[in-house]
Amino acid sequence: MSAQVITVTSGKGGVGKTTVTANVGMALALAGRKVVCVDADIGLRNLDVVLGLENRIVYDIVHVVEGRCRTRQALIRDKRVPTLHLMPAAQSRDKSAVKPEDMVRICEELRPEFDYILIDSAAGIEEGFRTALAPADLILLVTNPEVSAVRDADRVIGLVEAMGKPVPKLIVNRLKLDMVRRGDMLDTSDVLEILAIELLGVIPEDEQVIVATNRGMPVVLEERSPAGQAFRAIARRLMGEPVPMFPSEDGQGILGWLRRLVRSGGGR
Amino acid sequence: MSWLDRLRGRPLPRETAKQRLQVILVHDRSNLSPGLLEVIKDEIIAVLSRHVPIIAEEVRVTVTQDARECRLVADIPLGNRHSRS
Repeated sequence: MSAQVITVTSGKGGVGKTTVTANVGMALALAGRKVVCVDADIGLRNLDVVLGLENRIVYDIVHVVEGRCRTRQALIRDKRVPTLHLMPAAQSRDKSAVKPEDMVRICEELRPEFDYILIDSAAGIEEGFRTALAPADLILLVTNPEVSAVRDADRVIGLVEAMGKPVPKLIVNRLKLDMVRRGDMLDTSDVLEILAIELLGVIPEDEQVIVATNRGMPVVLEERSPAGQAFRAIARRLMGEPVPMFPSEDGQGILGWLRRLVRSGGGR
Repeated sequence: MSWLDRLRGRPLPRETAKQRLQVILVHDRSNLSPGLLEVIKDEIIAVLSRHVPIIAEEVRVTVTQDARECRLVADIPLGNRHSRS
């Protein structure tokens, strides 16, 4: 077994990197894969909270880097989904505490024991960004369908290219289907045409995400949540299953379900 | 309100966002601001005018893109005194 290292990144902050990392990680684990989610947002750790594992942290990634514990000791195993693990970030340090070569070394150590290593990167394009990207086999670029987020995503694509890393795959998060229908919001097709990279998934806006985060229970655990279903679809695509991106207009799947829901509720 | 926009013949917010992004990204990707393009245009006009008659007010210098490749395009109409009298 040699894990695939997947780094989740974005240009703009607040577009949902941590939510994507937690939910895709958990969806892969629910499918029986051995997963470790690594929080690379040193100083602003949050992945532990979204996963609901904040009370179980003893050691973090900086302890590993400084040799104060073994790599395995910093891993927290999720009791709900035992194949899911978290390596938390340090909260009291800054981004310079983990260097790109440290991240590469940690991933090399973890690779033999896992199927997937998901790295939640820091926002922005400074040092922390390079650290999170250094070991990546695959890069997931998260954006919202908004002008500022898409602009910053474009910048990240250029930087990733300059680093000689593979072209990122796109996740459009928080798409509001009713706004798209009214012509008030960029659609996925607009974002794709502008960024010209491959689409991995679209997450519809879903209040359940906030409820789930409040509870520390990632939304993929909610069978009926539209966002949860979208995250499971992304996980299946990562595992190589051909899951249709856009089920035929008003057809099967979550988007069709959402379209029908919006139509019946909107009355327009 | 988008339906009001429609009634007034204004473009939808979605269309405006897309057009603005396309312009913003052309300049971001090429590192050429609209201001710098104006400077380049003026200098092109100055240099070419020494050699051929051109219609300065119709010169267009733009950045275009094809996928992720950017291209600086200068459209310079030549002033032909005989036909334009």
